[in-house]
Amino acid sequence: MEAIQEVLTETKPTETIVEVSGSVALLEALIVEGVDTIFGYPGGAIMPIYDALFDYNDKLNHILVRHEQGGIHAGQGYARTSGKVGVVFATSGPGATNLVTGLADAQIDSTPLVCITGQVFAHLLGTDAFQETDVINITTPVTKWNYQVTDANEIPEVIAKAFYIAKSGRPGPVLIDITKNAQIQLFNYKGYTPCNHIRSYRPKPIVRPQYIQEAAALINQAKKPFILFGQGVILGSAEQEFKTFVEKSGIPAAWTVLGAGAIPTDHPLNVGMLGMHGNYGPNVLTNECDVLIAIGMRFDDRVTGRLDKYAKQAKVVHLDIDPAEIDKNVKSTVPVWGDCKETLPLLTALVDEKQHTEWLAKFNDYTRQEVEQVIEKELNPTTAEMTMGEVIKQLNEITKGEAVIVTDVGQHQMVACRYAQFNNTRSNVTSGGLGTMGFALPAAIGAKFGAQDRTVVAIIGDGGFQMTCQELGTIMQSGIDVKIIILNNRFLGMVRQWQELFNSRRYSFVDIQSPDFVALAAAYRIPGKVIDDRKDLPSALNEMLSNKGSFLLEVMVTKENNVFPMVPQGCSVSEIRLK
Amino acid sequence: MTQDTEKQEFNITVYTENQIGLLNRIAIIFTRRKINIDSLNTSPSEIESIHRFNIVITESEDVVRKLTRQIEKQVEVLKCYYHTNEDVIWQEMALYKVSTDVIAEKVSVERLLRENGARAVVIRKDYTVFETTGHREETDNLISILQPYGLIEFVRSARVAIIKDSDGFNRKLREFERLEPGEDVIENEYLNQGQKVFTM
Repeated sequence: MEAIQEVLTETKPTETIVEVSGSVALLEALIVEGVDTIFGYPGGAIMPIYDALFDYNDKLNHILVRHEQGGIHAGQGYARTSGKVGVVFATSGPGATNLVTGLADAQIDSTPLVCITGQVFAHLLGTDAFQETDVINITTPVTKWNYQVTDANEIPEVIAKAFYIAKSGRPGPVLIDITKNAQIQLFNYKGYTPCNHIRSYRPKPIVRPQYIQEAAALINQAKKPFILFGQGVILGSAEQEFKTFVEKSGIPAAWTVLGAGAIPTDHPLNVGMLGMHGNYGPNVLTNECDVLIAIGMRFDDRVTGRLDKYAKQAKVVHLDIDPAEIDKNVKSTVPVWGDCKETLPLLTALVDEKQHTEWLAKFNDYTRQEVEQVIEKELNPTTAEMTMGEVIKQLNEITKGEAVIVTDVGQHQMVACRYAQFNNTRSNVTSGGLGTMGFALPAAIGAKFGAQDRTVVAIIGDGGFQMTCQELGTIMQSGIDVKIIILNNRFLGMVRQWQELFNSRRYSFVDIQSPDFVALAAAYRIPGKVIDDRKDLPSALNEMLSNKGSFLLEVMVTKENNVFPMVPQGCSVSEIRLK
Repeated sequence: MTQDTEKQEFNITVYTENQIGLLNRIAIIFTRRKINIDSLNTSPSEIESIHRFNIVITESEDVVRKLTRQIEKQVEVLKCYYHTNEDVIWQEMALYKVSTDVIAEKVSVERLLRENGARAVVIRKDYTVFETTGHREETDNLISILQPYGLIEFVRSARVAIIKDSDGFNRKLREFERLEPGEDVIENEYLNQGQKVFTM
């Protein structure tokens, strides 16, 4: 056994060869890749891997989720807070298909994942065998890369490639489907070599100094420059480089939902959130700036609104690691291809040190209008019922902006992104691109495993919570500490808001009834509380945060409250409505 | 700008690793945008382990540019180019099967072959197969000539195209191969061995 261990722990091919099963080779590969936590659910076709996992209890922490979708969202939460690759196990057939939503979510939000699915024996492939599905074809559109292993000999190399592809360049999800025979098969294992190069794969485009110079020249001439930043800053671990760039250039900067936290919320040059429910100033002034500097963001339609009326007056500098994003939605004047960790310092070196005082004051003017007409009412309401915003405000005050905020999808998500304080990077975990209801509860579990020393607060609507609430069972069994706030407005709030504004209040199937959430949590041995009076809010939040272990707090909020400002679909960003 | 948005035929050339499933990955890039592929040819290139795709679509340059970037983004794609018809030399091959009796009796075969640049591939008692190579209108022309004489079967290949204005990718490919030789693909090795290998 010692000889085997020696070979197994050796990361380079060795002279010594040992015979191991495909399953053991897989688990050894995970260990060399630095995996500590796996989210998964066993089944017939992945049993050999789970059987091998039994002996790896001390090295690999496996979290048994209650549904594969919960498993992959947990993997996403883990990856987003830890900056590592999330690892998920699922069995063949329904197990694998249950991963599809999470794969699509991870693909669009560039989250690094390695999903391992079991598959039927190779000789049964294509025979409609029990629990057989064509996982490779089903997942092709929603993965960065996928591969089916039918021979154990392939496992070390394929897993090495999987990790390299998942985390390099623009990160993304990778799925490896392993047939049962390959899991069982014994083969001569020569050690594991992590991958750092694939012939046909160029994760980072070559940085072209000429474009950096052109970009700097544009920025230096600009009277009203404006920075839009996205998750690329965080994925590239370029927060410090970004801050230096912003501070030296003195340019106001606004963030996309996934870019939140790349620079602290209260930084003087952070002028707020972009897009459909973003802040007033950043949206209106997008159509007034003369140079738009987009960094690690992809001009999603929720950010741009109507494209033909988007920043037509501006010259656009677009920094992105993915060449396919350049000119995809918004035509750039100067493209800066590359990892922003490399390109930003080059750009910073060439930009002039400036202060755009008057220009920045314009953002502040709009902020004042927004505070008067929207924010004040949301955060300090005079109504009897509580607003979502005031809950977030109270939470901010207690957590001092240090918590990881995991949100689901809907009104509460927009309110949380708008009003939560993010002092640190990797603090905002949400389903941005796909908008997956049911994301938050399992993602929060993963987020806590990825950032165990931080407070993780999941903010979830009454609708989304009921999509994956079975993951309370995962919390119970793993004993993980996740604080859950359900903002209950007894509606599918965002759809209701649209129906109110655009469908003449025809509230078609948005009136959702909920169970007794506190009793439901209690059934999983998770303490909880429900409040509907604002005087109870601070104490309830304190009780939740000081509770050792998970806690569910249900807050009854105004039934019909709308998230404003809003750029209605099909409108220009400068047509943003305050009411 | 109008040139960018006007639709025309584009020839997309993709150099890839020889990998199962890659065709699907590339095809999805077109289908998810509801773009019809007019012609698709894939074959091993002059370098072992590297394949070459020729894809023809009718689209605007703006769309084609974005498509090629999405294709090139795929892990197993080495390089993707796009060209207009003017930028490439292209050919399609067609086979025509006709009754030998009819054709021998009613047509001056020699003239037919000469005028259409065709050649006889097979001559049997019951049928003859002609072959011609050229642009679509050239291969179409022979259909219209043979149709009245009872064309039994016709097939046309996808387009193959050579890029005019370059020294080709061959040199780069050879360099790639010299520095980083492709791996042997061993996939589905156990598919045909059934229960002999594993029972469970």
